[in-house]
Amino acid sequence: MTSENVTKAEPRHLRRLTLIWIVLSVVLDLLFWFLVGPHVPPGRMTSTAGDNQTDFNVLMVVALPVLIGVWEFMLYSLITWRAKRAGVAEPIGGPAAAGNKKTEMSWVVITSVVVVLLAVFGIVELVIGQGSGGGEGPNPIWQPAGATKADTAALAGSGTWAPNSNDVLVVQVIGQQWKWTYRYPTFGGFESQKLILPDNTNIEFNVTSLDVIHSFWAYQLEVKADANPQVNDVAFTKTLQLGKFTVRCSELCGIWHGSMYNYGKVVSPTAFLNWATATEAKNATNTANLPAFAWTYVPDANGAAGGYYPDGNLTPYSSVETYGSKQPAS
Amino acid sequence: MTKGGRLATVLGLFLVAAGLVVWAVSAFITPGVPGGVMNFTNTQAKGQPVHLTVQTVGSIGFGAHPTWVSYLVKDPKTGKWVHDTSWQLPANTVIDMTVYQYDSGSPLRNQEFGQVQGVIGGTATLNGTPYSQYDSYTGNGVGHTFTVPSLSLSVPLVGVSANASVCGAAPCTSKYARNIIKFSFKTPGPGSYNWQCIVPCGLGYLYGNGGPMSTQNYMGGELEVVNA
Repeated sequence: MTSENVTKAEPRHLRRLTLIWIVLSVVLDLLFWFLVGPHVPPGRMTSTAGDNQTDFNVLMVVALPVLIGVWEFMLYSLITWRAKRAGVAEPIGGPAAAGNKKTEMSWVVITSVVVVLLAVFGIVELVIGQGSGGGEGPNPIWQPAGATKADTAALAGSGTWAPNSNDVLVVQVIGQQWKWTYRYPTFGGFESQKLILPDNTNIEFNVTSLDVIHSFWAYQLEVKADANPQVNDVAFTKTLQLGKFTVRCSELCGIWHGSMYNYGKVVSPTAFLNWATATEAKNATNTANLPAFAWTYVPDANGAAGGYYPDGNLTPYSSVETYGSKQPAS
Repeated sequence: MTKGGRLATVLGLFLVAAGLVVWAVSAFITPGVPGGVMNFTNTQAKGQPVHLTVQTVGSIGFGAHPTWVSYLVKDPKTGKWVHDTSWQLPANTVIDMTVYQYDSGSPLRNQEFGQVQGVIGGTATLNGTPYSQYDSYTGNGVGHTFTVPSLSLSVPLVGVSANASVCGAAPCTSKYARNIIKFSFKTPGPGSYNWQCIVPCGLGYLYGNGGPMSTQNYMGGELEVVNA
């Protein structure tokens, strides 16, 4: 009996592997998308949060088949091509490895297509998501309709906002060691230690700092923007759900950096209007002592001995401003 | 060594190691007064307001940084002033706080902190007169604040006149110019809550936030709130 006669016909490994891979990928992708996906952080409190969750889920659905393919091949190899039992002749090192141009090309082409498609997907999501909640700097490329009008009105002190309108609500986020405060130019420019936002509203965050670099990170809103002194960093989102969210500083900014957090709320438009109107009236005396609303402020160089003042520029950013050069309007 | 001896050695070493682990874990989870934390948990009967008295001074006058501005706290047992900014307080208890403010003031960098916030009744008293906000561009300005960010508590501490007899070294006494600020707040549940002065009062440091503002035990500290 020759050795050829005793050798079994090789099963069709590729077909077997492909079938297993397709079944596993479809099942696990569906399970992930419908069971896990809706619970993936940061949730869907805002448009940017929802987009972020969707993007993550899309990436995961694309990545899962790749992961399954690699693990499946590894396990299949271990089981199918493992060393034979004792007593059975085994060539040292196993059969010689051989190249397979078709397989190699397929691997390169498929992975390249996946990566390029994901890159295009990411760019599209960034554009239609108006920056995806990230700080776009002082001159945002992507912004919702009405943002420019809201900016102009905010500086002029003539901004308006009404529930269930398409008005963009301008909110200024001011970081300082080691606390966040928030100004609402649409409501007389009052400043608050609480961040309250209306539901179903386009929000424009204007993030700046009075001292060192901070980073405004409202996790559940999926908004994150650097807070740098004398820079107005603009980020957009649209609120879609009521609820509480956490604001943290995500830039190491000194001894109490770890405590530089607070909580905010998305409330109904009517509740927001009531709160804003009441706070505007309650804080009127204090608001009169605040500097005029500006995109950035210049703190006095002497530390405690002085307030902060508008930098006098109506354009969002001046690169030539000198720290401590401004004096309060008398 | 006999088999029994080896077994006894292994068992003994195991017990020592296990004992060390138990000791370390219990020391970690057992509440107590850490070193350097002023304890206010047993100064009053349970449920009664706790009296917490502090003073702010323009220059502490001793230690490694005698020129630095600082807070001091009055030891509830001895009545002596202690350079300590970490205080252990009972949970869910009213704290009656008295601040002897011996430092001069200036305009606030952020006027938002000219408002009294998070205290019982919404007002503090300045030398007996209630106030809910203070315009730091008037009078002697604001010297410091007592601010607990996580409790949304902030009280501006009005400064004394720089032309008055300003105390130059702690502990300061009533023979120097001072403002007495009183307010009450309620502690939350157990936890560690940092407090700080929000006025950048570290003169000579960039943005006023270096030095005493960035060093533990000067212009910031911890409220260690525990179940008493």
